[in-house]
This record gives sequence, C-alpha cells and structure tokens, in this order.
Amino acid sequence: MLTIKNLHAKVEDKDILKGLNLEVKAGEVHAIMGPNGAGKSTLASVLAGKDGYEVTEGSVDFDGTDLLDLETEDRAREGLFLAFQYPVEIPGVSNINFLRTSINEIREYKGEEPISAKDFMARVKEKSALVQLDAKLASRSVNEGFSGGEKKRNEIFQMAMLEPKLAILDETDSGLDIDALRIVADGVNKLKNEGNAIVVITHYQRLLDYIVPDKVHVLADGQIIKTGPKELALELEDKGYDWLTEKA
Amino acid sequence: MEIAQENKVLQFVENLSVGNDLPTYRAMAKDALAGMDFPTTRVEDWKYTRVTRITKQNYKSVEATADASAYRIPNMDANVMVFVNGFYDAAQSSIEAQEGVTISAVADMDLEDYLDKLDSIDENVFSLINKAYYTGGAFVRVEKKVVAAKPLHIIHITTGEGVIANTRHFIDVDQSAEMEVICSHHSVNAAESFSNVVLEGSVGVNAGLKVHKLQLEELDMFHISTENFIQEKDARFDINTITLGGLLVRNGLNILVDGENCDTMLNGVYLTKDKQLVDNHTFVDHLQAHCVSDEMYKGVMDGKSKAVFNGKVIVREDSQKIEAFQANGNVLLSRDAEVNAKPELEIYADDVKCSHGCTIGQLDEEGIFYLRARGLGKKSAEQLMTQAFIGEVIERVKNETVQEYIYTQFEERFGWVR
Repeated sequence: MLTIKNLHAKVEDKDILKGLNLEVKAGEVHAIMGPNGAGKSTLASVLAGKDGYEVTEGSVDFDGTDLLDLETEDRAREGLFLAFQYPVEIPGVSNINFLRTSINEIREYKGEEPISAKDFMARVKEKSALVQLDAKLASRSVNEGFSGGEKKRNEIFQMAMLEPKLAILDETDSGLDIDALRIVADGVNKLKNEGNAIVVITHYQRLLDYIVPDKVHVLADGQIIKTGPKELALELEDKGYDWLTEKA
Repeated sequence: MEIAQENKVLQFVENLSVGNDLPTYRAMAKDALAGMDFPTTRVEDWKYTRVTRITKQNYKSVEATADASAYRIPNMDANVMVFVNGFYDAAQSSIEAQEGVTISAVADMDLEDYLDKLDSIDENVFSLINKAYYTGGAFVRVEKKVVAAKPLHIIHITTGEGVIANTRHFIDVDQSAEMEVICSHHSVNAAESFSNVVLEGSVGVNAGLKVHKLQLEELDMFHISTENFIQEKDARFDINTITLGGLLVRNGLNILVDGENCDTMLNGVYLTKDKQLVDNHTFVDHLQAHCVSDEMYKGVMDGKSKAVFNGKVIVREDSQKIEAFQANGNVLLSRDAEVNAKPELEIYADDVKCSHGCTIGQLDEEGIFYLRARGLGKKSAEQLMTQAFIGEVIERVKNETVQEYIYTQFEERFGWVR
C-alpha cells in the first residue's frame, strides 16, 4: 500500500530525512519509534504534504499513485489520513460542518454523489460512539476548548468518519491517561481491517500493548535503522536507543 | 458670484434643485454649504479615504423605476418602504397600520421639531448636502410603550449612471417603545452613481432600537452614509453594519449616549475584493455615567481592496462607571490588500472599564493545512476559516432572519457553501 524508497527531506535547509525506506502492506499495523529529533514527525508532515518540507530525493508510492505529486487535499482524497500530534483549534468552524464538506469533497473527487443528511448523521452517531466522543463535542468548533484527550479522540473520530486506506497516527498516545489511551486504541482496533493499514508513531511502548503492531521500526537520524517484531518495542523500552544508534 | 463659482461644494450641487419654500433647517443647510469644502486626506478623519473620485463629478437627481421584489428579505414579515434614486416609490411599498406607530414618507411630515433633538451632533459636508437636497426618506415614530409589531425594511435602489440619491430617514422611538429597522442598499446599472444617505434618530427613555444596515450595491458605485443617533436614559441601541458592495463606501456612525444606564452595541462586517475601499468610522460619545458600549468590527480584504476602521470613544469627565469595549479584527487574503485600523479612546473620567484591541493578519495556516489534510480543497478551507472569523460578528446580529439573509449574500457574492 505504501512504499517509501530512499526518502530525503529537509526543513529550512536542514536535512532531516536521509534515505528512509519503508514498506507497509494492506492489513498491517506498523509502529515507528525513535529518539527525539530522529525525524518521526517530519516523516508524517512530508507524507501529508505540509508546506516547508522539501523532498530532495526518493519516492513515495501510495497504492500505485505518486504521493509526492499530489496536493495535501488530494492525498487525503486518495485515502491518506494523518492524526495530528497537535490537533489544531479552529474557532468558529464546526466539527460536523467541516466533516460533511470534507466527506463530500472526497466523494466528488471519486465521482460519487454527496452523502445524504440522514446517512451523514447516522454515521456521526455511530462513529462518535466508537471513541466515546460526546455528541455535543462532535458539533462544537473544531478542537476549541477540548481537553488533550478529547482532541485525540476527535482525531480518531474524524478518521472513523473518513474511513482512510492508510492512517498515520502521530503520537496520538502522548499525554493520554490510561482510560483515554484505551478508548483511542479501542477505536483504532475497531477500524482496522484487511483492506487498510495503520502507521503508529510513538514514544511509548505502552500504546503497543493495546494496538499490537506487526512490525516495529526504529527511526534514528533520518533513517530506519532497525526493524523487528512487536517484542522489539519492549526491548527499546528497556534499553533505550543508544545501543542501536551507537552501533549505527 | 465669482467666489461661489470657486467653491467645489457649490459646483457639486449645481445640477441639483430643491423647491423655493424650503423649511428653515434645509434652507440653513443649503446656505451653510457656501462656506464648506470637501475633506482632503490632510484632514485626519479622512486620511485614508480620498473622496475626490466622488466629488469631481456632477451628478443628476432623477426619478426612475426599478423592481424591488428581488430585494425583499425571504421569510421576513416586515413593513417595506422602497426608495429608488432617493425618491419614495409608494406603489412598491407596503405598510400595515398599527396604533401608535407612524411610518410615512418624510415629505408628508415636517421634521423641524424632531431634528432639534440632534442639534448637538455635528453634520459633515455630505450630510449637509443631503439635508439641503434630499428627495425622500422615511419618517418613523413609535409612541410611548408601543412595541412595533413588525420591523421596517427600507429598500434603497440606485439605478442609472451618474445619478445621486439623497435619502434621509428619521426614526423617533419614544419612552419604553421598541423598534427594528433594516436598511438595505442595492444598485442596478448604476456605474459612477452616488448614494448619499442619512439615517438619524432618537432612542427615548428606556426605549429600544435595532438597526441593521446591509450595503449590497454593485462594485461600481459610491456610497457615503451618516448615521446619527442620540440615546436617552436606560435606552438600548444596536446597530449592525454589513458592507459587501460599493466601490467606495464610507459608513459614519455618531452615537451620542446622553443618559445613564444605556446599552450601545455596534457590530460591523466588511468583506472587500477587487479595488473596493470600505471605510467604517464610528464615534460613541459617553456623556453620562453607568453605560455600556460594546463594539465588534471584523473585515476580510482580498484583491487590491482597502479597508479603514476608525473607532472613536470619548468618555466625558463625569461619566463614571462606563464600560466601553472595542474589538477590530482584520484578515488580509492577498498581498495587495490593505487595512488602516485606528482605535481612539479618549477618557476623561477616572472610574471606567475600557478596552480596545485590533488585529491584522492572515488566515491561520495551520488551520488551513489541518482542513486540507482532511480532504477539503484550499478554497473551501479558506472560506470556512473566513466564515468562522466573520461568524462571530454575524452571531451578534439579533435577528435570525437577517442573519440567514446575510449568509445568503455571502453565498451569492463569494460563492460560499454551507
């Protein structure tokens, strides 16, 4: 589904990604861990197409499409979803209104009819229950006045509404207490199926007790320096990253 | 005679005529013009708005017909008065009689007695031209303790090129009475025409008045308006000024708060594009203690358009316990757009709560990226953000039918989707 080859990227003339390779297949869950400043969030931003991130080399194939060639919105319309590390507050824009616009623009892109008001509301009801997001929050301004946990649940709620092929969760677990973490992880697990894939970027192994990855990658200094089974995460938690980075 | 010929104001009104038996107040206004000049940008109050474009032309005042049916506000049960080029169009107007509520064309009334109430508000050259040469207007009087059953919608249409429309309305709301007025301004094939309008009135003791001004003219004409109001004790006055049209627009609000415990709310929205210039000048003069004034103006400028916001508040020496708030927010959508914002607070009392804030910026890029990452196109994302920015002011318009109409105008003029 996602094939990243030799990806180099820089931000403000500073090289951050230095030849990153990653292959994610449908039905898989991948975890990316690594020390601060390794390039984890840069990878997420580059994949989403954020301004200011310049790709200097390499390719990203997303289900047969050259991802780097697409505008941010078209990447989303092709089925890429990024759950933000810091979800943005947008006062005055209601969650519900923007999601309806979003779903309809994605549908239009695919040549489909707009969603009916009835189907939309049914979907809102079903998906907000999935992450135990209060219906009132769903219709409030995007993330405005939400607690940290509510913001992250709102990200997963939006993911559920948009049903992406590939979801990248950028530190969705950071700062969550165990209850909120369970809710978020539970939501993600329910959304997981044979046809989609999930990439989890995290600092903490704890999340991986709830979202069990097929593969764990270590990202350090702009490259994937080690890949292993889910047990690798436990080892990283124990030993940190130094033993890997020193060897590399 | 030679001196008179050199006076630009007299040249400007050369083609205009009024009857010979003018009431005193109009004759005085006409005489006063001889000693006046148009403001240049050296005058602080007009620093950013060059009126030469308007004043260098000679306009004609002509009666005309134009269909007003398209300008009625959907789902609004209102009395309607229609003015075309400043002349009252009785055939297109509909007024339902209500005991204690007078709504009539000014020609039927002698305003002399009422105008005295506004003696202490200074007129400017445009409002004086209007006073001398106005061709029509609405007179509204709501008597003591009467609540007007319906709002009054005054529809102004300017049609034809090079036309001047001088319209002057007076609203008198007596003690404990309530009234709501919507003034909408439209134009049809009126390139280089000039709408010079005055709306004035008095909000009596414990009375309430809401005014919604909707400036919806095409982008090829000029518009200068003067809104002069006086509030007496315990009076509530709301005025919302929504400016979407016009090539050069100046909205000048002067509110004299001459009683204790008054509530004054001013809201404004201006959305400009192309080469529009929209200037909002507001002046709230607190003469008495224990009053609240709350002002929120927001604008979004695109293309090569310009906006001016000047909000002046004076709290006089004995006006203690005043709360005066003012907020002005601006978003520039293009590199060539411009805004000049100037809050002016003059406080001579020592026990007051006053604040003002002014912002100029772009739409939040993080927010736009967030929305695009969810599949919204750049245009939809920007529009949603703009709508959210402006929405805060629209929410303060306390009439849902008017709110709905304003949003419809956004859809029609800016292609907004909801």
